[in-house]
Amino acid sequence: MTKLLVAIAIAATIGFVSCSPKDADVKTAVETQLKAKPDMAGALVEVKDGVATLTGECKDESCKADCEKITQDVKGVKSVINNLAIMAPPPPPPPPASMTTMLDEATQQKVKDGLKDINGVTVEFVEDKAVLTGSVTKANRMKIMQMLSAAKVKSDVSKLTNKK
Amino acid sequence: MAVQEKYAELIQSATTLGVANLAVAEKEGVLHVSGTANSTADYDALWALYDKIDPSMASGDLVMNIDIKADAGAQLKVTTDSTNLNIRSTPTTEGAIVGKAAHGEVVTLVEKTDDSWWKVKTTDGEEGYAYAQYLSPL
Repeated sequence: MTKLLVAIAIAATIGFVSCSPKDADVKTAVETQLKAKPDMAGALVEVKDGVATLTGECKDESCKADCEKITQDVKGVKSVINNLAIMAPPPPPPPPASMTTMLDEATQQKVKDGLKDINGVTVEFVEDKAVLTGSVTKANRMKIMQMLSAAKVKSDVSKLTNKK
Repeated sequence: MAVQEKYAELIQSATTLGVANLAVAEKEGVLHVSGTANSTADYDALWALYDKIDPSMASGDLVMNIDIKADAGAQLKVTTDSTNLNIRSTPTTEGAIVGKAAHGEVVTLVEKTDDSWWKVKTTDGEEGYAYAQYLSPL
């Protein structure tokens, strides 16, 4: 009777082992699936008795849920413990520098330097704006605006007309 | 209409083009935008869009301080109308002229001194400051 039970137990164990993929193989399969997606490359997986535990970082909630679903669908995974953390969002870029640029002498000089090669245009500085007067071609108007933006200066081009 | 809405298409386009460190803020009715475009083509596209949204860019309600990605060593094409580009000893037109780069010539970026003046080196080895407006990263 005891021998029979042992035999059954052995058979069951062999049966279990032969029918289910090994944890290591399941782990490799899950890793292959997750690494294929750049967003999910930060996810780590451990598999024990068919239970997959996810750790590491994901960029957002949907990435975390997708990781779980992908893992769940891998053959040999019985259940998933999702311990993925959500990454802190990257810090926002600093506000545009033109917000705080003063129209000081050095900045005014940059504008004058930029206008040097554009004939027929004069500039005055009124409060925080460069006020332009004259007549320009479309191409030169673009250049002037780009130059003012590079110098981080606000413009008043109401007196700047288009050359025919 | 708030300026942010007026230029929504421009901001969307900048995002789509992958402008790095894109920052947008509104102050006293003027929209300030800054960031770094990946190429001269992207930069030109954004400026064309500005001109389309605000014909002749006449409203003065946008400061689009977008530069073009260029690291030290990058090749820059001289984009003057036809004349030579002066290369100067200091980053101002007061600086002595230490060299010239012809229209269409390619020079090497040494450093972006600021958004208006860049330090460059010509193939003849002349090194100094040139007005960034006339330099387009290749």
